[in-house]
Amino acid sequence: MADLTAGPEKTPKQGNAADAVRASLTRRNRKQKLLQGLGLGAIGFAFLMLFILVASLVSSGYQAFTQTKITLEVYVDPEEIKPEKLPRGGFKDVLQASLSELLPEVDTSDRATRKALAGILSNGAQFDLRDRVVADPSLIGQTITLTVPVSDPYDQLNKGTIDRDTPEQNRRLKDHEIAWFDQLKAKGVISKPLNTGLITNADSRFPELAGLKGALIGSFWALFVCFAISFPLGIGAAIYLEEFAPRNKISDFIEVNINNLAAVPSVVFGLLALAVFIGWFGLPRSAPFVGGLTLALMTMPTIIIATRAALKAVPPSIREAALGIGASKHQVVFGHVLPLAMPGILTGTIIGLAQALGETAPLLLIGMNAFITSAPDGPFDSATALPTQIFIWADSPERGFVSRTSAAILVLLGFLVTMNAIAIYLRNKFERSW
Amino acid sequence: MTTFVFAALLGVSILGYLLNRRAAAGLRADGARLHSLPGYHGLFSLLSTLVPVLVLILLWLVLQGPVIDHVVMSGLPAGSLDGLDTGSRQLILAEIKSIARGQIFGEPEQWKLDAAQRYLQLQQVSGWVLLAIVVILSLAIVAFARSRVGAAFRARHGVERIVSGLMIFCSTVAIFTTIGIIASLLFESIRFFQMVPITEFFFGLNWEPQIPLREDQIAAEGAFGWLPVILGTIVITVVALFLAVPVGLLSAIYLNEFAPDRLRAVAKPLLEILAGVPTVVYGFFAILVVAPAMRSFGASLGIPVSPNTALAAGSVMGIMLIPFISSFTDDALSAVPKSLRDGALALGATRAETVLNVLFPAAIPGIVGGILLAVSRAIGETMIVVMAAGLIASLTINPLDSVTTVTVQIVTLLIGDTSFDNPKTLAAFALGMMLFVVTLIINVFALRIVRKYREAYD
Repeated sequence: MADLTAGPEKTPKQGNAADAVRASLTRRNRKQKLLQGLGLGAIGFAFLMLFILVASLVSSGYQAFTQTKITLEVYVDPEEIKPEKLPRGGFKDVLQASLSELLPEVDTSDRATRKALAGILSNGAQFDLRDRVVADPSLIGQTITLTVPVSDPYDQLNKGTIDRDTPEQNRRLKDHEIAWFDQLKAKGVISKPLNTGLITNADSRFPELAGLKGALIGSFWALFVCFAISFPLGIGAAIYLEEFAPRNKISDFIEVNINNLAAVPSVVFGLLALAVFIGWFGLPRSAPFVGGLTLALMTMPTIIIATRAALKAVPPSIREAALGIGASKHQVVFGHVLPLAMPGILTGTIIGLAQALGETAPLLLIGMNAFITSAPDGPFDSATALPTQIFIWADSPERGFVSRTSAAILVLLGFLVTMNAIAIYLRNKFERSW
Repeated sequence: MTTFVFAALLGVSILGYLLNRRAAAGLRADGARLHSLPGYHGLFSLLSTLVPVLVLILLWLVLQGPVIDHVVMSGLPAGSLDGLDTGSRQLILAEIKSIARGQIFGEPEQWKLDAAQRYLQLQQVSGWVLLAIVVILSLAIVAFARSRVGAAFRARHGVERIVSGLMIFCSTVAIFTTIGIIASLLFESIRFFQMVPITEFFFGLNWEPQIPLREDQIAAEGAFGWLPVILGTIVITVVALFLAVPVGLLSAIYLNEFAPDRLRAVAKPLLEILAGVPTVVYGFFAILVVAPAMRSFGASLGIPVSPNTALAAGSVMGIMLIPFISSFTDDALSAVPKSLRDGALALGATRAETVLNVLFPAAIPGIVGGILLAVSRAIGETMIVVMAAGLIASLTINPLDSVTTVTVQIVTLLIGDTSFDNPKTLAAFALGMMLFVVTLIINVFALRIVRKYREAYD
């Protein structure tokens, strides 16, 4: 390869085949380099996309893990809040009065200004105060310290997503409102703690109050039902097909059926659930139970395929040894083959459940995208699930929901990574080579 | 109440298990030679109680609702339902049920309150009757199973027969699911085609699924021609494949032939991560990053790009399909016998020539099968397009425009709508039927290609 400086266009003079090859080698090697470069580029592109995906989610989502809060000294005015009228009372006015104390120069005689001032606080602040006073009516007449979320525009301002340089009319906060906030900040009453509400609150129309509790519990119930149904059914079917079924047309047909079900679009399962479970059986809409049933039908083929592979991997010598000392076919399978195949089955099941956790379309069709502000009490209560909650929030116009959506996605991805890590751990820990 | 029923069944069957096992163990202690171990006698009792009674309970729970509804509705005072269509009957029933749950809005008529009362009573009666039947029946089975215990009784065979039956039932669930899918889609589609002529659906060029809300409304007369919808699906699928096929093929070739082991060990799991990301996340990625980026890029070139351009949805779908195509190609390339590769290299071909001229042609059937499966996934993919593609069906093949897809229409038509008696919701089922048929054909075809090819080299 040392004397290849001649270039490919030089035709061989002596008609020597070796020279011809040598002459074309540069071109051929260049072609190889090109293919390699393209391949590397393709992989690089895929990784770049993965990186951008994760980076954009993290960069917009990390802000939702903190929440701007304001600490107020609230005088629970007995004029406004009377013990005999609880839980009703002028909680909003009381809060606003304590805000006015912090911003004494703001003239609150004008209704619009009062309203704008009250807009600093989240709408949930008055309910926080109410809950505390209802729980302990002796607080009436005392001054208590209350830390409540600020409303979404101020939260965004504090996190720097509202640009102070944009013209005032294009901004969600006017100049004087920003000035108020800066004064409050200078007084040291603004804090930005970890946003526990993201996990402990249910959904809300207000981004600063919206949390994932309902969705997490809904997803839990749906996955629980999915597991409780698809795990035994899948294992039963796999054992029968792998160990007992005669090789005939019927078992062939079942196999083809299972393979096809694994490739049916998920939205079709949603249509099935809507028509059969809700329409014909009359099961409740939006219930995690129905979601779990639907997901179970979708997960079952995955579990069956994984279980069959795990059963196949158990060597025949185990079966023959057990049969040889007089065990029945059932005793062989349930006493020896199945326990040995269990790690593989569990790995496949966890991977199947992880897929089910991220499944959205069928849950949308059975109404698990409803707006529900309380966590479900059981699998028959209306609820959302993690992926449908992401869908709802992604559709919401408020600015604060963008970062909430990314945060919810990060939570979902966290669950998926954990489940897959458990599956990989199980596989590595218990996998045996025979 | 239902919890009680299940608890009672469980309690009785465990009782049966213990009774039978003790009886059998007692026989053995007396010196009898048992055919089956005592545990099998116990299991025999447990299973023969649990299985039939559980089936009975589930059937009861499924049938109880409609039967009670019917009894309540037919027990309403004469004349209260006269001249009402099914929709308003359903509404009255729903109101009665919500009153029964204690959610009373406004001041309902007395007969509705009475009906709610009766509804509650019936539910309670049904619960008690079920509990009584379950307890009596399971105790009877336990007593029967106990009477069978004997040295010669083949309890193990009985248990194995029941278990085999259960396993056969499990395997048929897949068939029932397929039947359920086909039946529900077909049933609702037929109702749709009774309202909308079948020729309009297949050859119509307009898709405006609206229905008049009132009788006298003139404006909204729906149009149900699926051609623009399927055209949009094809546009987005083509965009996705334009991205996914070259990237997937090239990365698989590189990983299979050229990559150093260390890169391969990192790259394969990373590609699997790409495959494991839920589609709702890709959808959000499309609206958060890809669509705005394309829009501003188009604006900088002076090309108007629609906010939900098919290009954004399609290319994100393409990213989703990369690992899919790459893993199929990888499998197909690895399945080519080593002798072919060695032969080509021994003749002096470069690695690239071996891949392109020898391995690739040999692997083509497997790769084509994989691409076909990717096509079927792209057609059936829902969340990415629901979030990133448009809602209005337009007859265009320009990927910069906004197009809609079959799955988008299914989801938007069915979100928030429950009544199955108008062409708008039923149209979703007709589209679902088409989606199911098309993907099924592609899948069967692709799986056949893949399998045939595998057999050729095994």
